[in-house]
Amino acid sequence: MAEMTYRDAINLALKEEMRHDPSVVVLGEDVALYEGSFKVTRGLLSEFGEERVKDTPISENTIIGVAVGAAMGGLRPVAELMTVNFALLAMDQIVNHMTKIHYMFGGQAVVPMTIRMPGGGGSQLGAQHSQSLETFFMHCPGMRVLYPSTPADAKGLLKSAIRDNNPAIFLEHELLYNSKGDVPEDPEYLIPIGKAAVKRPGEQVTIVAYARMTVLALQAAEELAGEGISCEVVDLRSLAPLDDDTILASVRKTGRAVVVEECWRTCGLGAEIASRIFENCFDVLQTPVRRVSGLDVPMPYSRKIEKLCIPRKETIIQAVRDVTSGGY
Amino acid sequence: METRLRMVLPDHELVRLYEQMFLSREFEDHCAEQYTKGNITGFLHLYSGQEAVAVGATAGLHKDDYILSAYREHAQAIVRGADPKRVMAELFGKATGLCKGKGGSMHLFDPSLSFMGGYAIVGGQFPISVGLAFSSKYRNEDRITACFFGDGAVNQGTFHESLNWAQLWELPVLFICENNFYGIGTEVHRSSALASIHRRTCGYDIPSEKVDGMDVIAVYKAVKYAAEKVRETGRPLFIEATTYRFRGHSMSDPGKYRSAAEHELWKSRDPLPNYAKRLLEEGIATREALDAIEARCRAGVEEAVAFAEESPWPEDSEVYSDIYV
Ligand SMILES: Cc1ncc(C[n+]2csc(CCOP(=O)(O)OP(=O)(O)O)c2C)c(N)n1
Ligand SMILES: [Mg+2]
Repeated sequence: MAEMTYRDAINLALKEEMRHDPSVVVLGEDVALYEGSFKVTRGLLSEFGEERVKDTPISENTIIGVAVGAAMGGLRPVAELMTVNFALLAMDQIVNHMTKIHYMFGGQAVVPMTIRMPGGGGSQLGAQHSQSLETFFMHCPGMRVLYPSTPADAKGLLKSAIRDNNPAIFLEHELLYNSKGDVPEDPEYLIPIGKAAVKRPGEQVTIVAYARMTVLALQAAEELAGEGISCEVVDLRSLAPLDDDTILASVRKTGRAVVVEECWRTCGLGAEIASRIFENCFDVLQTPVRRVSGLDVPMPYSRKIEKLCIPRKETIIQAVRDVTSGGY
Repeated sequence: METRLRMVLPDHELVRLYEQMFLSREFEDHCAEQYTKGNITGFLHLYSGQEAVAVGATAGLHKDDYILSAYREHAQAIVRGADPKRVMAELFGKATGLCKGKGGSMHLFDPSLSFMGGYAIVGGQFPISVGLAFSSKYRNEDRITACFFGDGAVNQGTFHESLNWAQLWELPVLFICENNFYGIGTEVHRSSALASIHRRTCGYDIPSEKVDGMDVIAVYKAVKYAAEKVRETGRPLFIEATTYRFRGHSMSDPGKYRSAAEHELWKSRDPLPNYAKRLLEEGIATREALDAIEARCRAGVEEAVAFAEESPWPEDSEVYSDIYV
């Protein structure tokens, strides 16, 4: 075990996989010489050289298209999009190409690629740079969608994504880059795709969360424990495929659920998870499932009102109190 | 060959160009300071070094010609006439800001000045510029659209799609590339196969010209001429202004990828002192007059900071306003 940041854990995963497999290449805007705008690709160019670590023009759709082609040709590309917001310029290659090629060509082609992208709000970057688009990707079949909350999960999940023969979207939360945690140094440390983790066991309420929302949920659970409310925190880690088994088993135990999502509420992943819970756990539910969501608004710049738009520890605590006190 | 300034504009207008450049520089310096103090948050991209482009170009346009830009657009808004107080308030996230504090540094907008926005998605402003030009043509308005963008933006699909479109539909767009030779840390020849950007328009048969973007008069003359041509013919033209940003890409970029020698070379071409020197040499302004202008600009920006500080925050209910009309 070594203590490191989320940023360094992702960096380590990239380095290990590049050492492990010469077909892994990294490409993206400012990833090589500049070492990434969030410095996640630090040291890659110097260790692996220009053949494998490639700066690209500001051409998102083509960055992804080139990665798709390279993957079909036998490489294992890891493309970085500078932030998730710019994935919207690449949605054609992601949705119409990357996720369709294996299926529509009858399983004859594989696209073993990973797209890394920082995302999330809370840094006063305004409406075009603060989005949480995880649900957009989850909606489309044919790709993995991963979003870790800890350095260890980040390392293990990214390595699994790179080794997986399916296309994967790997989201990184901008506000977690400096968070620290213990990370296994074993270069074979992998987190299975599609497995959620119970990050805190509890009895009365299940809080389902992911990425930065897990961090907030754990803080909320700690505070609620002081009020005598026992929460179980399920960290999704994989958004697609969703780990129904872990989510539903937890709710069967507690009988109550709060889902926390950073994305917009309408058609968000919270709605999907809530309906899975209703469909499968209706008999044990003591209260309706509650969602704590990002507000359905474009993100305002001003920090005074930006903070209202993103779930906070306090809003999670309130939701849990509501479902445990019958005040839902 | 430098032009004698009085060949170009009357004295008071020549002096005004200096004032606008100085105001822009001063504004950005204060922004840097306020960012360090935590009053401005988020991304902050400063324009220092590139002033001759915004100032020269804006002077070459009509007042109601549309202007669109990217996220490094404080100077473009202010030079067009936006009140520095309200621009600074926007950067502070205050209710009195140009966009009520909802936009921030990268998203200034003032329709009363035909300043149609700063956009933070690289290449986002190209099609919107074409669309505005289409509306002007359709409505028989005597206005053109000036679309500003960086050297990094020319590799987006929207650049090529919009150049083709503007020419195909014969739309009055003046494309103005501010080539500061870097897109964040990537030098232009590492991102563009043909780094001489103005030559890239030949695929769309759009005439183009390269101009010294450190020379406010050169920019003014080029844009003035091109803007009138665009107005007259209703067809697009393209100007590449070579320039340099004296600061990092944004406040979080120490700019280590540029050599000190390169920086020094461009510093020696700083449009402000060089233009001041010409004004003095040609007897258009005295040192005292320039000093007075500088003091006035400084006081104006200090006033803008004070205004931003004293202004109220947006009400919480603002979160839900303006989503729909
Ligand atoms: C679609 C998109 N991709 C990437 C970015 C991140 N980004 C912001 S500015 C920039 C560089 C743009 O360079 P250039 O067009 O030369 O403008 P300059 O910053 O030099 O003014 C990049 C890559 C973005 N904002 N939008
Ligand atoms: Mg540039």
